[in-house]
Amino acid sequence: MKNTSRRQFMGALAAGVAAPAILRSTRAYAQSPTIRVGFVTPSTGPLAGFAEADDYILEGLRAHFAGGVTNNGKSYNIEIIKKDSQSNPNRAAEVAAELILSDEVDIITAAATPDTTNPVADQAEINEIPCITTDAPWQPYFFGRGGNPAEGFAYTYHFFWGLEDVIANFTGLWNGSGVAKKVGGLFPNDADGNAWGDAKLGLPPALAAQGFELTDPGRYQPLSDDFSNYISAFKDAGCEIVTGVMIPPDFGTFWAQAAQQGFNPKVATIGKALLFPSAIEALGDRGIGLTSEIWWSPNHPFSSSLTGTSAGDLAGGYSTATGRPWTQPIGFKHALFEVVADVIARAEDLDDADAIAAAIGGTNISTIVGGVNWSNGPVPNVSKTPLVSGQWQKAGDGVELVITNNAHAPEIPVGGELQLLG
Amino acid sequence: MIEWSGAIVQGVLLGGLYALFAAGLSLIFGVMRLVNIAHGDLIILAAYLGLSTTVMLGVHPFVALLIVMPVMAGIGYVLQRGVLNRTLGPDILPPLLVTFGLSVIIQNALLETYTADPRKLSGGAIDTASLDLGGITVGVLPLVTFGIAVAVIAGLQFVFYRTALGRGFRAVSDNQDIAQLMGLNKAHVFGVAMALALAVVAIAGVLLGMRTSFDPAIGGGRLIFGFEAVIIGGLGNLWGTLAGGVILGVAQTIGAKIDPGFQILAGHIAFLVVLAVRPNGLFPRVAH
Repeated sequence: MKNTSRRQFMGALAAGVAAPAILRSTRAYAQSPTIRVGFVTPSTGPLAGFAEADDYILEGLRAHFAGGVTNNGKSYNIEIIKKDSQSNPNRAAEVAAELILSDEVDIITAAATPDTTNPVADQAEINEIPCITTDAPWQPYFFGRGGNPAEGFAYTYHFFWGLEDVIANFTGLWNGSGVAKKVGGLFPNDADGNAWGDAKLGLPPALAAQGFELTDPGRYQPLSDDFSNYISAFKDAGCEIVTGVMIPPDFGTFWAQAAQQGFNPKVATIGKALLFPSAIEALGDRGIGLTSEIWWSPNHPFSSSLTGTSAGDLAGGYSTATGRPWTQPIGFKHALFEVVADVIARAEDLDDADAIAAAIGGTNISTIVGGVNWSNGPVPNVSKTPLVSGQWQKAGDGVELVITNNAHAPEIPVGGELQLLG
Repeated sequence: MIEWSGAIVQGVLLGGLYALFAAGLSLIFGVMRLVNIAHGDLIILAAYLGLSTTVMLGVHPFVALLIVMPVMAGIGYVLQRGVLNRTLGPDILPPLLVTFGLSVIIQNALLETYTADPRKLSGGAIDTASLDLGGITVGVLPLVTFGIAVAVIAGLQFVFYRTALGRGFRAVSDNQDIAQLMGLNKAHVFGVAMALALAVVAIAGVLLGMRTSFDPAIGGGRLIFGFEAVIIGGLGNLWGTLAGGVILGVAQTIGAKIDPGFQILAGHIAFLVVLAVRPNGLFPRVAH
């Protein structure tokens, strides 16, 4: 027998090493076909509050998906791969690329503020991977990514509400309160603040149209330690309403200084800062009576298309499992995977990214946050969910977010009346 | 006119807070030429320790300082002797990188322990109490903060120039090797300096926690104001640090008076102007 040459040996070795990779890469030969779903979320960093319910939601979904999802008569396993964006857009893009290129996910998802959704969606669009995102107003998502309403995007879809819903809800809340129509605006110099305070598309023209007088001293830098100039401007203008889109530390600074400097508005409606019960509890008694937009609550009359769980049960289950109060992103996290499961069940060919993207575009389901349907959005690739607004009111030892204005989404019941501050 | 003087008064009071942020930095840099990137996160750590103490013992945040200050001082001493002393040397980069890593570790440890929830230290009535000074309404808490800042700086100044410990600080600061030859254990002196700095950080953290709500991620943003106050005032000069904080605070509120967008920018401009005109700061360390 001829001795094996080095070259033959190396060739055989290479073939041997490569074989499993080649054999495994085609789904058709695999024992139980698996659909991989990537999920990018800010588990750590300043946005971590949005992601605190991830593990609870994913655990429930994994249990539900254990039986597999049926597509064209064949059962598929669903594997959800979660990666942490560390609240950093660059990191979000990096882990999205990792999910697409090394984990080879079939669908990628992301949630929690434009800082997470936009970089992930951009990576997905470039790499032609279907992408579903939520939990960021649609304007920063769509226009922030340079979207053209005439064309839209090929692979990336988003569901949430938009700025026009916030404006309608805030003005609805104030019109019903009966206080003077003088509003003080606190808009930071960041993506949200510039969008909300925009002289053409933001709050100013909408407020002027409804007869509100807005005092907007300008854009402050986030994490500011002093708001005394805003406070004196609001006092001089006789503002009885304060609004804005702030992060909790900035609102905390402003609200304490307002009291110290004798400025006591009758209504304070702030976006972003007042979403979580923890943010209100941190403010103590001064947190009672503040008003905010409400994306989702246990009182929303919706239930999961996957498990049939009602909004109240999902929120209650989270509180029981973790001992923490419910938060608004919980419903949206669940809804995100409702859409994913629905798409996997309907897609014509799960090996074809275009077929999956087409299935996303054809979605029409009723989720735990309301209907998701991309055929009737304000721009292509965007589907809107209903938005209401309400007030943090005292309930026993804690605080409770009570829906006080549903003019914009009458299917969601009102839970109480607006009470003025002070 | 009253509006402008209002802005200046608010700025001076804000400066007190910045001076407290900066005093610890100034002390550490003055004694061991260590730039502590984790300073902002240590402030937040102190705020959280204050929170735990007030919640567990049900005491006022000011009373909690009696516990938080010694705990932070202990952390400082152990940190310096256990970690930072090993990195100090002719090269300034290793300690810089280690404190940078420390900053990441503290942030994530706080996130694991306390979650990302914003928290606030409740001081009761003092949180919203105010005084009317001839048309200018001033919060009691900022006024108290400023008073504490002045007292802290005066205290540090006393320790530095009137005590044996301060003589040790100055000796190792002037020449580490010769101080060592004269019988000073520089590792111990550095440890005590860090302990003292973190005791000041404890005060800054608790006052910050009463002024605003905090979460594990906001420390880094506070660091830059501390650095600027130190540089404006002159490296190693404690009263200069107070002056630096006040200049920064007034520049910010005056800037905000013109346009709120200028608030932070005006502070940075004041800093750059000082750096360009007097690179050593307004009051560089006096010969002693």
